[in-house]
Amino acid sequence: MLREITLGQYYPANSVLHSLDPRVKLFGTLVYIITLFSFDNVPLFAMILIALIGVIKLSKVPFSFMVKGLRSIIMLLVIAGLFNMFLTPGITLVELGPLKITDVGLINAIKMTSRMVMLIIGTSVMTLTTTPNQLTAGLEKSLGFLSKFGAAINVDFHVHDIAMIMSIALRFIPVLIEETDKIMKAQMARGADFETGGLVKKATNMVPLLVPLFVSAFRRATDLAYAMEARCYNGGEGRTKMRPLTYTSLDQRAYICLFMYIILFYAVKAVL
Amino acid sequence: MAIIRSKDLVHEYIRRDEAGNVESIQTALDHVDLEVEPGQFISILGHNGSGKSTFAKHINALLTPSEGVLWVDGMNTSDDEYTFAVRQTAGMVFQNPDNQIIASVVDEDVAFAPENMGVPSDEIVQRVEKALKMVGMYKYRSHSPNKLSGGQKQRVAIAGVMAMQPKCIILDEPTAMLDPDGRAEVLRAVHDLNREKGITVILITHYMEEVVDSDFVYVMEKGKVIMKGKPRDIFTQVDELKSHGLDVPQVTMLAHELRKSGVPLPECILTRQELVASLAKIKNGGHE
Repeated sequence: MLREITLGQYYPANSVLHSLDPRVKLFGTLVYIITLFSFDNVPLFAMILIALIGVIKLSKVPFSFMVKGLRSIIMLLVIAGLFNMFLTPGITLVELGPLKITDVGLINAIKMTSRMVMLIIGTSVMTLTTTPNQLTAGLEKSLGFLSKFGAAINVDFHVHDIAMIMSIALRFIPVLIEETDKIMKAQMARGADFETGGLVKKATNMVPLLVPLFVSAFRRATDLAYAMEARCYNGGEGRTKMRPLTYTSLDQRAYICLFMYIILFYAVKAVL
Repeated sequence: MAIIRSKDLVHEYIRRDEAGNVESIQTALDHVDLEVEPGQFISILGHNGSGKSTFAKHINALLTPSEGVLWVDGMNTSDDEYTFAVRQTAGMVFQNPDNQIIASVVDEDVAFAPENMGVPSDEIVQRVEKALKMVGMYKYRSHSPNKLSGGQKQRVAIAGVMAMQPKCIILDEPTAMLDPDGRAEVLRAVHDLNREKGITVILITHYMEEVVDSDFVYVMEKGKVIMKGKPRDIFTQVDELKSHGLDVPQVTMLAHELRKSGVPLPECILTRQELVASLAKIKNGGHE
């Protein structure tokens, strides 16, 4: 059952979005989020929605995959919607005993939930079309300015280190999952019970699982540190890449589209 | 000139308490003298705790001597200036294949060392291709290491070291966690590198069978080199080896026992083929 967990829900396909440079997608997602939280009228909302639908169509990822991410936050959506609906002051539309639905509340609730839904779907388009490795490489490169800036003011932002930690974590997730599985089976063979009981009991039953897992993780970390040093690892300085990120004409066109989107959005916002 | 030479090498693990006072000193290496010529295949045998892994870490400058000197290709490993040059000259492969693969894709992992060394991108691509072909893993270049078998992972690890273009590789019990098939495939890859590319190999192991084909064997116990010589000279001393709790290859053992009970076999039989040939000779000789 543990083997089914997959991190970085990448969906392999051959689309324009898949072949874009991760930096473009990161920047695009950022722009999307900013516009998503700054729209204040219906035409702007429609514009974002059209853009989102267009991108989803381009990605060739089935829509059902994007909705999957929503399932886990459905409670959050309902609660946020209800609170907004009932607890915002304004002109009363409907009264249900002590609870009142106001006009502002209703609009806020719709705005809030649609923003959250679109946020999840929009960001999952990025993770679905970008491998975790590309994502870390993209982050490292895009945040490269931070280390240059940091060097000027004598602060180390550890951009390379964080990217390295992320990629090692991703590499070891399946290894540790397999290990958890083994330890679990070994303990179940000796009568440990991971399946019955309430939440608290289940959680306490996990403790004997965590201890050996941590011990082995630390041992692995020591080994890995030696192996990295043996292969001349010395931090990010002076490092080269086998496949450095380079922009193609496709990426340039994507950037042009993005900037046109930004200009259009703020032009419409200023007019209306 | 020897590619690896150690003189009176001593290493002590010092355990300190919280106040920094010395609690205990454990001598892992006790005046080890050793010399390896370029192109040789050397084996170091010993039990757990015999100091063989500590010695391996010294060759890679992961540890530095407490006393004595170790030269790798003429460079003193205690000298910080040479640390990275030493590691490029003498690459190291570790025991656990999972814990030494850094990237989530095979070719990216092999590229790790040249990336660290600052090799230009197009040269990295060539080196990776060459290294993967040397160990026969080129067709797996875009696989995830998690999907490979133990022997395949270990061959990727060897390719990762070969991408540094070292003169020498040290393998610290590379087969200890593998099944017999995996062991055979890793050893074949290592022998090929030694024979075809002239790479000096230092194989650290406790499997006797793996030692048979090497040029020279060192046997270590409690941090000391207790026996050294050609495999044939070592394995003729069956009783001496046994007194140190080490086994000889099964075939050698069988030959030894046969000789003891009066079969006129030659000394030092190391492989099955040799035993078969000798027995056949005796049988035929009997008929004549």
